[in-house]
Amino acid sequence: MGVEGIGASVVRKEDKRFITGKGRYVDDIKLLGMTHAHFIRSPHAHAKVKGIDSSAALNMPGVVAVLTGQQIVDDKVGNLICGWAITSKDGSPMKMGAWPAMAPETVRFVGQAVAVVIAETKNLARDAAEAVVVNYEELPAVADIHAAIKSGAPQLHPEAPGNQVYDWVIGDEGATDAAFAKAANVVKLDVTNNRLAPNAMEPRAAIADYDAAEEHFTLYTTSQNPHVARLVLSAFYNIAPEHKLRVIAPDVGGGFGSKIFIYPEEMVALWASKKVGRPVKWTGDRTEAFLTDAHGRDHVTHAEMAFDAQNKILGLKVKTYANFGAYMSLFSSSVPTYLYATLLSGQYNIPAIHAEVVGVYTNTTPVDAYRGAGRPEASYLIERLMETAARQLKVDPAQLRRSNFITQFPHQTPVIMAYDTGDFNASLDAAMKAIDYAGFPARKAQAKSQGKLRGIGVSCYIEACGIAPSKAVGSLGAGVGLWESAEVRVNPVGTIEILTGSHSHGQGHETTFCQLVAERLGVPISQVSIVHGDTDKVQFGMGTYGSRSAAVGLTAILKAMEKMEAKAKKIAAHALEASEADIVIENGEFKVTGTDKAIALPMVALAAYTAHNLPDGMEPGLKESAFYDPTNFTFPAGTYICELEVDPGTGKTSFVNFVAADDFGRLINPMIVEGQVHGGLVQGIGQALLEHAIYDANGQPVTASFMDYAMPRADDVPSFNLSHTTTLCPGNPLGIKGCGEAGAIGASAAVINAITDAIGKNNLEMPATPDRVWRTIHAA
Amino acid sequence: MSTVKLTVNGKAVAVDVEDRTLLVQLLRDHLNLTGTHVGCDTSQCGACVVHMDGRAVKSCTMLAGQADGASITTIEGIAKGDELHPMQAAFRDNHGLQCGYCTPGMIMSAIDIVHRHGGQLDEATVRTELEGNICRCTGYHNIVKAVLDAAGRMKVSQAAE
Repeated sequence: MGVEGIGASVVRKEDKRFITGKGRYVDDIKLLGMTHAHFIRSPHAHAKVKGIDSSAALNMPGVVAVLTGQQIVDDKVGNLICGWAITSKDGSPMKMGAWPAMAPETVRFVGQAVAVVIAETKNLARDAAEAVVVNYEELPAVADIHAAIKSGAPQLHPEAPGNQVYDWVIGDEGATDAAFAKAANVVKLDVTNNRLAPNAMEPRAAIADYDAAEEHFTLYTTSQNPHVARLVLSAFYNIAPEHKLRVIAPDVGGGFGSKIFIYPEEMVALWASKKVGRPVKWTGDRTEAFLTDAHGRDHVTHAEMAFDAQNKILGLKVKTYANFGAYMSLFSSSVPTYLYATLLSGQYNIPAIHAEVVGVYTNTTPVDAYRGAGRPEASYLIERLMETAARQLKVDPAQLRRSNFITQFPHQTPVIMAYDTGDFNASLDAAMKAIDYAGFPARKAQAKSQGKLRGIGVSCYIEACGIAPSKAVGSLGAGVGLWESAEVRVNPVGTIEILTGSHSHGQGHETTFCQLVAERLGVPISQVSIVHGDTDKVQFGMGTYGSRSAAVGLTAILKAMEKMEAKAKKIAAHALEASEADIVIENGEFKVTGTDKAIALPMVALAAYTAHNLPDGMEPGLKESAFYDPTNFTFPAGTYICELEVDPGTGKTSFVNFVAADDFGRLINPMIVEGQVHGGLVQGIGQALLEHAIYDANGQPVTASFMDYAMPRADDVPSFNLSHTTTLCPGNPLGIKGCGEAGAIGASAAVINAITDAIGKNNLEMPATPDRVWRTIHAA
Repeated sequence: MSTVKLTVNGKAVAVDVEDRTLLVQLLRDHLNLTGTHVGCDTSQCGACVVHMDGRAVKSCTMLAGQADGASITTIEGIAKGDELHPMQAAFRDNHGLQCGYCTPGMIMSAIDIVHRHGGQLDEATVRTELEGNICRCTGYHNIVKAVLDAAGRMKVSQAAE
């Protein structure tokens, strides 16, 4: 490893612009003649739109246009799509209602847009929106899963009777029933996985710019995957063919899944830009983010786990209801199915699993992938079950886990996934040592003498990342392939540009991707730049989510590098009159091994571009590209242990220690990896203690600002004690598993297991607010 | 419309704005100082923090007119040429930022925290003081490290002056 190569904690190249206020986010961009959009949104959870009167607004100063849902339907802009087809257990396709970009007839959640005002300034657009009169006829609404599945419940979409999108199953029901029939003990658990609002700090924004002469659109947008946005806008929404649409995602202020999806606001901005003949900008405010960014989680589950007399797991049965909100968002259907139920084996040998997932519509904001996407729900369920089992069977929770760990790899689970490698004992050992697990009883007794309830909670998570082998996901219903592409351009002066289809919105790609180049060529990272986020520059890309950018995106860069290096070696060998097989690359030079003959990279690059003396038949230039499709998912795994104290007088939780031992395979930049873990852990702790997107019975959101929705703040969370164990991923040449979501997947179970251990009562739902904990402690 | 006269990053400016214009709008929309961000509109997240006459204020929660006659410093105004402010350098060196959106407000709040505590800070104090700045990426771990690191650096640099 060089000082800037793989494994070095290099300080980030991109930081200078962010710490000096020179980041360039969508809302920072101004175009000549730009207008501003303000959406008129439904105040009702379910209503008929009986009429829109915009005459007064149109007469107000600075108003350019008021455009309605009926107009966007009349102009044949496509309805929003869901890109993953799920088949119910009876063989029928999932049942979906139409989702127009603005509602012409019926609104189905608070915040759904019915019209948009385009004006000279943002304030004038807001003023005019106040003058638009929308006449609604309110309809009865269903706000949660329980209400939606009741017989006689109000119906959202005629296409989906009973508000049911699908009833999907996985695993072998007969084998699972047989396992339960011979069980010595059965452990049962009901859990709710609370609904979360993703809340990237930068609200979503879009600027659309239509060039009438060229019939060409440019869209600046807050996207994790600008090429996917272009593909969907072109292929399904009839905005423009791909060669007439450029999508730019500049600096993006966090995503966490919520900026994967193509939202109505981008579609409307593009369509409106052509209609008014000027650029149109929309920047959401925080309340719009709460109302319209896809939410996460929201499951209600009953699960049962069967054990034999030696406390070995025999089988697992799961029934989950998943809330999709009012419409099926882009990848929503896959989240509670292939991203959730396929991880229900956890780190354990479970011979038989059967899971059933019922997806339901409610009059709430659509739900889709949020950091972890299905895997936090699976991990939380399994790790709560294991803790419950340990309490019921009266065995140490760490030992119960250990005695059921998978130890042989590869391991085929009963729910599709084939784990390639891992060492679950190693991460459990590392975490137990870091927290001094053996010393806990003494610490608990000491705390008790001071009137505090101390608890310890273990969570052994596994996830499937490196999303994803295209053929495999295609066979499961995905509408896209999930490969990644890259291009390596060595300029004539020897500087290097890496063009990647991954998108960095906090992950530090501008540094880590350069580190691969430094490792292979021995050049300083200052000579390398990373280009991403622009469909006119980068050939293609599937973007950043599912902890895929290192395992898939960086491997694509490696493949392109290998091609470039092979050509460069030919040029060097030709120049040095040596055999190509004898050329090695060191410190930015191509050397003839065992001699002092060498040629520097810039000279090789110059030779490639002057083409005065290239090997016969070689094309000029030094630029290669690659598309890389992974052969399997990757399986990051680890153990988190949380030690905390509960004040029985107030129900307040205080952290004592939080340790994380993760196996991510090879680390490119440990500093950045640890930062990803810190952030993920706090999102998991936020779910466990603070966060909950709440609706009242009529579908009115109760938590639509940071004054109502408890975001984790610095004084809510501890500092962390991190460590790594390593088994290299055999599925990609760099041995990388991915680190972006682990914290959010594993943390919440550790916290709830610790609180329930502290208070001596097993049933406690998230978020474990002081009020809820106090009531649980003092319940009869 | 009113004319607001103020000093921004050491430069006197006079800006004609609608009376309802917020200070953050004056900075971003009229002066193109886009380093100051808006994250919540309700004074909760602190992405908009700037210094007014040396004290941290949330620029989304005051009218531009209230800053008439004041001296405003934004994230663009704290480095001395190419020399970063110690707080900026500490955020970079400790990986105290990821997406960068909350970072300008974090840095401006953190400088104010160090000043108000005379550099005498511990982890618990930093965490309590950062209550008005929300970050979704870092989990605060490295932000806290950065502020403690910078408190030391700022003390050293003040002692040297």
